[in-house]
Amino acid sequence: MFTPLAPGRAAPGLARIPLFAVARTLVERYEDDLYLVKGPAAWTAVAALLIGLAALPFLLPRLGMGYLLFIAVLASANVIVAVGLNLLVGYAGLISLGHAGFVAIGAYASGLLAARLEVPWPAAWLGAAAISAAFGFLVGLPALRLTGPYLTIATLGFGIAVYQVLTNWTELSGGRGGLSVPALGLGVGGMSAIQQLALVAITAAVALCWIAYNLARSHIGRALAAIRDSDIAAEVTGVSLTWYKTLAFAISAAYAGVAGAIIAQALRHLEPQAFTFLESITYFAMIVVGGLGTVTGGIIGALLLTLIPHYLSGIKQWLPIAYGAVIIAMMLFEPQGLYGRWLRIRRYFKAWPL
Amino acid sequence: MIQFGQYVVGGLATGSLYALVALGIVLLYRSSRVLNFAHGDIATLATFVAFTLLGRAVPFAAAVAAGLLAAAALGAAFFFFVLRPAREASLLGKIVITLGLALVLSGVMLVTWGADTQVFPFPLSDTRVYRLGGVVVSEMSVGTIGAGMALMGLMYGLVQRTTLGLAMRAVAQDATAAQALGIPARRIYALTWGLASALGGAAGVLLAPVVYLDPYMMLDPFLKGFAAAVLGGIDSLPGAVVGGFILGIAENVFAGYVSFKFKTTLAFAIIVLVLTVRPEGLLGREYRRRV
Repeated sequence: MFTPLAPGRAAPGLARIPLFAVARTLVERYEDDLYLVKGPAAWTAVAALLIGLAALPFLLPRLGMGYLLFIAVLASANVIVAVGLNLLVGYAGLISLGHAGFVAIGAYASGLLAARLEVPWPAAWLGAAAISAAFGFLVGLPALRLTGPYLTIATLGFGIAVYQVLTNWTELSGGRGGLSVPALGLGVGGMSAIQQLALVAITAAVALCWIAYNLARSHIGRALAAIRDSDIAAEVTGVSLTWYKTLAFAISAAYAGVAGAIIAQALRHLEPQAFTFLESITYFAMIVVGGLGTVTGGIIGALLLTLIPHYLSGIKQWLPIAYGAVIIAMMLFEPQGLYGRWLRIRRYFKAWPL
Repeated sequence: MIQFGQYVVGGLATGSLYALVALGIVLLYRSSRVLNFAHGDIATLATFVAFTLLGRAVPFAAAVAAGLLAAAALGAAFFFFVLRPAREASLLGKIVITLGLALVLSGVMLVTWGADTQVFPFPLSDTRVYRLGGVVVSEMSVGTIGAGMALMGLMYGLVQRTTLGLAMRAVAQDATAAQALGIPARRIYALTWGLASALGGAAGVLLAPVVYLDPYMMLDPFLKGFAAAVLGGIDSLPGAVVGGFILGIAENVFAGYVSFKFKTTLAFAIIVLVLTVRPEGLLGREYRRRV
């Protein structure tokens, strides 16, 4: 990535660069550049973050902020959807405006598995992911031939079709009356239901983000990015479009399926109204605001667009306007998203005296 | 047979609305390669403007004209102040921008006019009917089909028979070359945006008396119009009209004979099927590209 310069033996033109600036940005091998977490400081930060997240379900009620547990669960679900959607939109460059459909499928699949077949919840969640992924694969098939506006309408139509089928197929979904979902039990004493759910949801979000980071830096991530940048060129260099495009849809849908299972648990009562076109747009907005094509961007966007509406619920009617204005401003002034801005700031300080 | 004719006539009325919406979407896509997700919301805004003026005892024609003008001005302004600064953005980026506009507009309408449904006064009645050999046609349907056809005819004349239309086609084909030939491309773009938005507004005004007026009134017709545009081929104006009518009639016949509930699902299923066989839509030509 950078010129392999040994510190101390700087090339003549770079003589004025202070040594410490070189040492901090020096990458000698490709493997070094691939590290997710590099150096003791970063490891400490990651460990602190993980411990903090694990402690969250226990700390919040102690601090008298137990109501935030529900928000934490929703935020975890949204993070999972956004990260999965970002793999599809940001990495593979395939548009999906129907992601609420996948979330709905996950929610109803887990709900039905748990309520009707009395499957234990981990199996129900895995089932939700698998069923959602199967639908993602199906939607991915027409996506092989469609791009741009055509793919947009196909995915959008999928989202609406799912909503309509759920609304009208009352034997399956309970229709507008709703479907009750049994609570999940960890079998741990001394924890309230929402605490348990928050713990599981946060764990799932962390695990899926970790998987996404690894997918993104593996050959799969590189293949997807190659397809995004030019699918014909990617195919010429040996990337199988059929496999990777359907894979991107399936992975993204599986993420949405898990998030759906979490949302089903959080709401405990499923109605199709929770999975409308507006939801699909909100997921889309998350990755745009956070940053397309980076896992961290999806996380940031999902957290912001979950927490801000919660704190601004007093001016709820102004929210869509604010959302829309922020999205437009983001696209005009910061197409890389908030994470892109952060990266630029960080790069500036890393190479500071330059 | 009479039953079938009844469904087809109903489908023609819905179809002409879809076709109007689709025409606006195709116009914009052809000229500026933007999928305008705010199309429906601009149309609803036009309808609300007309509605407010009607409430102040403004004559119907003047109120509707003002509504359409408002839509046109909004469309042109959006092009000048938002899309032009963002002209480097990708297709995805532009979609996101128009989604943002859609959110802003629906939010503004929600704050200004509230979420309650309003009855839109219209000079034609939905209950006064004509009989054509057993098929019942309401005055409203006749008006919708007539107005739709007239607007489509006007559009055809404008795009194919006038110098302005020639300039629009030139800009759509190659903006740089058109500019080099002295065509004011920016003004043509803005005009196209205004025209498309006004077309959408017309669809909104025709739809409002049938479905009642609320800020989300155009969501479903917009999606169907979008679908119709894609079905016909997103770069083809005749395709938009054909797609609109096919969608409207298919939906109505399906709703009549099979299931009313699943008609929207059917609409999108048709589109996915058609696109799988013909990825460029029925009359579209654009799909092949150079590397």
